[in-house]
Amino acid sequence: MSVAISFRNIVKKYGDTTVIPELSLNIREGEFFTLLGPSGCGKTTLLRMIAGFNSIEGGTLEFNDRVMNQVAPGKRNIGMVFQNYAIFPHLNVTQNVEFGLENRKIGKPDRIQRVKEILKVVQIEPYKDRMPKNLSGGQQQRVALARAIVIRPDVLLMDEPLSNLDAQLRVDMRNAIKEIQREVGITTVYVTHDQEEAMAVSDRIAVMKSGVIQHIGTPREIYQRPANLFVATFIGRTNIMDAVISTSEDGRAELHIGEYSQPMPGLKMDEWRGSQDVKLSVRPEEFVLSDDAHGLAGKIVSSVFLGLNTHLIVELESGQHVEIIEQSAASGVMEPGETVRLKVNPHKINVYDAAGEINLTRGASI
Amino acid sequence: MSGRMKRMDIWSFITAVIFVGYIVFLIVPLFMILIKSFFDGTTGEFSLAYFHKFFSKAYYMNAVWNSVKVTVCVTLLSIIVAGPLAYIMSTIRIKGSGTIRILILISSMSAPFIGAYAWILLLGRSGVITKFVYQVLGVRMPDIYGFAGILLVLTLQLSPLIFMYVSGALKNVDHSLMEAAESMNCTGIRRMWKVLVPLITPTLLAGGLLVFMRAFADFGTPMLIGEGYRTVPVLIFNEFISEVGGDDGFAAAISVIVILFTTVIFLLQKYIANRKSYSMSALNPIEPKRKKGLSNIAAHAYVYLFTAIAMMPQVYVAYTSFQKTSGKIFVKGYSLDSYRAAFSKVGDAIYNTFFLAGLTILIIIFTAILIAYATVKRKSAAANLLDTFTMLPYIVPGSILGIALLVTFNKQPIILSGTAAILIAAFVIRRLPYTIRSSAAVLHQVNDSIEEAAISLGASTMKTFFRITVPMMLSGVIAGAILSWISIITELSTSIILYTGKTRTMTVAVYTEVVRGNYGVAAALSTLLTVITVISLLLFFKLSGKKEVTM
Repeated sequence: MSVAISFRNIVKKYGDTTVIPELSLNIREGEFFTLLGPSGCGKTTLLRMIAGFNSIEGGTLEFNDRVMNQVAPGKRNIGMVFQNYAIFPHLNVTQNVEFGLENRKIGKPDRIQRVKEILKVVQIEPYKDRMPKNLSGGQQQRVALARAIVIRPDVLLMDEPLSNLDAQLRVDMRNAIKEIQREVGITTVYVTHDQEEAMAVSDRIAVMKSGVIQHIGTPREIYQRPANLFVATFIGRTNIMDAVISTSEDGRAELHIGEYSQPMPGLKMDEWRGSQDVKLSVRPEEFVLSDDAHGLAGKIVSSVFLGLNTHLIVELESGQHVEIIEQSAASGVMEPGETVRLKVNPHKINVYDAAGEINLTRGASI
Repeated sequence: MSGRMKRMDIWSFITAVIFVGYIVFLIVPLFMILIKSFFDGTTGEFSLAYFHKFFSKAYYMNAVWNSVKVTVCVTLLSIIVAGPLAYIMSTIRIKGSGTIRILILISSMSAPFIGAYAWILLLGRSGVITKFVYQVLGVRMPDIYGFAGILLVLTLQLSPLIFMYVSGALKNVDHSLMEAAESMNCTGIRRMWKVLVPLITPTLLAGGLLVFMRAFADFGTPMLIGEGYRTVPVLIFNEFISEVGGDDGFAAAISVIVILFTTVIFLLQKYIANRKSYSMSALNPIEPKRKKGLSNIAAHAYVYLFTAIAMMPQVYVAYTSFQKTSGKIFVKGYSLDSYRAAFSKVGDAIYNTFFLAGLTILIIIFTAILIAYATVKRKSAAANLLDTFTMLPYIVPGSILGIALLVTFNKQPIILSGTAAILIAAFVIRRLPYTIRSSAAVLHQVNDSIEEAAISLGASTMKTFFRITVPMMLSGVIAGAILSWISIITELSTSIILYTGKTRTMTVAVYTEVVRGNYGVAAALSTLLTVITVISLLLFFKLSGKKEVTM
């Protein structure tokens, strides 16, 4: 049975320092939810609160409608996968996976059956009698996962489970994790600092910074309409630029970057008139090289051919360097020193208030 | 994230029980010594008379001066001898280096006074070498008794400690550091002095401290080979167990002074070492390389010579144990008489040693597991204090701990003097740190999440501990326990104070037989001790999979 998890005004303090001030969050039943943020943002703290390893200094934590604040970790029916796997080194694969079932006083025949099934699901059945030291990182990871889900937990918690694997294996494992989660359908809370990994596995993501949730949304929402400049810069690559938005009497908005202007539809500033300073977040692929003489003037500083795409660094007249990704042209390499004109894709870029805290683009959540 | 829930659980209780044990068997006895030293033994009034007596008589101050002289010289000499030894063994391929390491270890594991008595047999007035040299060359060897003899015995006995410490430190030095220095044109002696020596200085200091403390506290060596060269432990022993009626109060006063002195040395070492410590782990450790020519010969000669001299006492003692004896004198021919005599005369000592050390080890294993866990995984103020308590025996020489226990437990409410219990208590307190240390070392490697995994899978605190944590600690526990075991069966300075006819141990028996001149029986017993030590060490290597010992 899966549960929904709610944090209501949760507070975490270490001594006198507040790490998480009044945080509220709802995780839906059966969803793959990721806590994403730089190290020290409080994501692991939240995860360990769900597990029961961290005390809660204020607010309530609920599974469905049951308050869990004081429930002992062993009584929460949680499966947890640790960053270093935490496989018991003196027990073999089967004994490791069996450990939680033994504690639940599940009879031997039933136990054997369930261990067998789960080893099949995570695809490590051939290794069932091996000792952990004779397993590769990926295999240990699968044992850890099997051990966590064999107890049929209400919640599956994963604390940076892939950070110790090498790049290729990480990609394979994250697909495996996603697949297994879909198969067993357990509410899953996943912690990572790797945004690409988060995008790949999650139904929804909460981006955190300094104990505060910056943005909750699907991977697409978070990438395309980041709630603020922090999220925009943390997820993917982007160029931050100063600009001015002026709105005429008939409500049409125009974007001014230096000398260059272009129409800017789709802003949540309909009733607003006049001009205002804003920050733009323009992802490298949201720049368009202009065919005509119109556009933001710049000079190519460097050009790196990467096959499908070519990465350009362009120095604008203001002196700012911006990063651009262009599909590689069939012929004609752009050389450093060449002058170019740039436009931005008005439907894709994000416009923020001058403080960078509010997304003024339509379609962005508040 | 280290925010562990504060739980008043079984661990608070366990910590409290061990705490009480330390208070009763260590803190109270030390406190009793302090009280005794400041109150007159007969009138019971506060007085500084004992201290006054100590500082006003040249006789006593002389002993202190002797001790300091011996200790400082032994420490420096050990570093000078064993430092290069470790360097050579780590950088140059020496034939049979595995065996040599084990031999060096064995030589350091025996009781020092056995070395002292062996050197008397070799270099004493009627020693084998002395006689040989006189007959062949007509030259009288310089006198072995007194300062020179103590220096020789203790240096040979304790330099292996430096060797082990420095070898361990050199293992952690990354070879690329050496290559980096070389690429900046810093080579040879200059590189050793500028790069290597600073890196191993903290280890050298730690090893030096251990040597210092052992040399300072050693009682058997100056007693046997000193011949009137009085050091502090001898002084304390004589004052306490003098046949003309010992003076507890005065012995207590000397003990207080000694503990103050060793504490200062300990803190000083800690202060310096802390300021100079680096954390290193070598991905690419220094490998011994094959050398050619003169330097290769010189290196081999140095290593073999040291090993030969270090092993000489034990080998010679073992040899004499098979010699025929007539009364107290060795005569021509070989026999097992000495062994027969040993078993019939002092068989009880062999039994006592196994019984006392065995029981002690069981207590040590049990306690060390709990203490290591409490101090590593349940960091609390009480656990920290406990950690400090376990370090105390470092600065309290064995004979002083013996005296402290005796003056505390020879009257109501608890009378333990003369029992096996008091010896076991002393052994546990003194030798526990080895096992705690090696258990804690393993535990430090065990990530907290292992236990959290067990708990989140529904195991209770106790089940987690016994099913998961203890099995993981076991290798470290057993390795430490074997070291504790060896150091218990070879220990003399505490047992000589605490033993009675019924609780005499092998080392006490060897000592008394040597004093009485029964060299045959003493040799047989010593050889037995050596054999037990070697077997234990081999067991240690087998179980721990290591090739060396860190003390």
